[in-house]
Amino acid sequence: MVMVSDTRSERQDEGISAPIAPPSVRQQVRLPRADVTETTIRAKRVTIRYGDFAAVRDVTLDIPDRQVTAIIGPSGCGKSTLLRAMNRMNDFIPTMSLSGTLTYRGVDIYASKSDAVDLRRRIGMVFQKPNPFPKTIFKNVAWGASINGFRGNLHELVERALRQAALWDEVKDKLNKSAFALSGGQQQRLCIARAVALQPDVILMDEPCSALDPIATAKIEDLIDELKALYTVVLVTHNMQQAARVSDLTAFMYMGELIEFDATDTIFTKPNQQRTQDYITGRFG
Amino acid sequence: MTPTNDIFLPRLARRRRFGVIFSVVCAGMVVLAVAVLGVLLASLVQQGWRWLSWDFLSHFPSRLNPEKAGVKSALFGTLWLIGLTAAVSIPIGLAAAIYLHEYAQKSRLTRFIELNIANLAGVPSIVYGILGLAVFIRLFDLGRSVIAGALTLSLLILPVVIIAGREALAAVPDSIRQAAFALGATRWQTVRSHVLPAALPGMMTGVILALSRAIGEAAPLIMIGALTFIAFVPDGPMDVFTAMPIQIYNWCDEPDAIFQELAGAGIIVLLGLLLPMNAVAVGIRAWHQRRKAW
Repeated sequence: MVMVSDTRSERQDEGISAPIAPPSVRQQVRLPRADVTETTIRAKRVTIRYGDFAAVRDVTLDIPDRQVTAIIGPSGCGKSTLLRAMNRMNDFIPTMSLSGTLTYRGVDIYASKSDAVDLRRRIGMVFQKPNPFPKTIFKNVAWGASINGFRGNLHELVERALRQAALWDEVKDKLNKSAFALSGGQQQRLCIARAVALQPDVILMDEPCSALDPIATAKIEDLIDELKALYTVVLVTHNMQQAARVSDLTAFMYMGELIEFDATDTIFTKPNQQRTQDYITGRFG
Repeated sequence: MTPTNDIFLPRLARRRRFGVIFSVVCAGMVVLAVAVLGVLLASLVQQGWRWLSWDFLSHFPSRLNPEKAGVKSALFGTLWLIGLTAAVSIPIGLAAAIYLHEYAQKSRLTRFIELNIANLAGVPSIVYGILGLAVFIRLFDLGRSVIAGALTLSLLILPVVIIAGREALAAVPDSIRQAAFALGATRWQTVRSHVLPAALPGMMTGVILALSRAIGEAAPLIMIGALTFIAFVPDGPMDVFTAMPIQIYNWCDEPDAIFQELAGAGIIVLLGLLLPMNAVAVGIRAWHQRRKAW
């Protein structure tokens, strides 16, 4: 079952009735790091290898609850690999091996008795390229719930998820049309709705805007800001401005190592490390 | 003309000329292929058209009375064969393809198996006939029955079915599988709900083309001793049988000119079976092309 604290279910109810929180509420949710007490995902000395190549080296970081954590860095720095380890989407790469410990709410993700299928229901994922199923809009959102034994009202669930993804008004009259009839940005929000429909705890986003135009990107970014009231969001992006705009915390990775991890404001205004400074000022990367 | 940069030598006319020559050569090949086919069809029709009638389809072959000979036994034999071959080869072939592509770990063993399947697709059909004779007739003692013929033809087309199935599965983008897994789907739920529906048209096309190959095969059936002259329709899978290609082959062997004409008519009937099957395959492919959206 989903691990939900009392505050979370309250927030969730709030989200159902008023999915788009007013700006003032959003500001309140943006807590400074010092106030964060709970860790959702904790990586401790995690090294991930593909064969002999270490894509992620000795990374230790805590992803806090109900915040947006951005992972930035140049191409090939291991940020996607680290993200995909969090819901074991790397399992499909046969040469992959992981050392160190990666825990989700205290439970070892890679323990032999840990069930990746169950984990992925709680830790959803949005991919780089919108990848809706070649089915109707309704079925795209409903499928995940129905295969996981959802026993409530599917129509309500689909509407709620589409509202949370700020897509309902655009698609409510064509729920039985193919998802491919939507634009790229709408497809990506449909993929977010699909993830949200499972009422996950965490949503992992792997460069969700890299295939989208600026307007669609802005919509997704607004959406991320709203989603963090309900979900812990981990966002991998190569777009530093995006990280600065939407995240509360930013991790900078370079050559597989975690160089710096701090509040986003700190990273972008007074980073501790010279390499972070060089990267965010565009001197390399 | 704008001033050209000295370091480029565009030779546009020459480049375009090559393009024209290439397209003309290709078009010529198309004309040649279609012309050969047309001549073949025309000579067949001219040879056999006057025998084509309901009687030709509903009469049994006759050596003494060629005017009244027909293909009934061969036609029914072929229908039996194809039905049984489909029933055997489709489930086995597609299941093997699904296992190899969706479930099996990529290892040396699976690569070895896949390589061998590809090689088996190139083995001459007479070899499968020998195998069928040794295994189904001698070892399993099935006799010269329809089922022995169908099993032999199944062996023959299994590699093709497996390869076509694998290609159809490989054409389903991995992003679909990832999307399903990321929603907490099991492998079976992913395959059942997304991969198979997307791959099915491609699989069906492959299966139909493989079956149409089986319809035209004479060599393995002769090898396993399908009868060349038979004046009844098979009662069941264990009955003896003949088939269209064998009947045609048999008539071609007769010295009398009238039998040549009967052979021509038989070929037209066989083509009449094949064309709709291929048309269905083409239709499925076209429908799938329109529908798929990735």
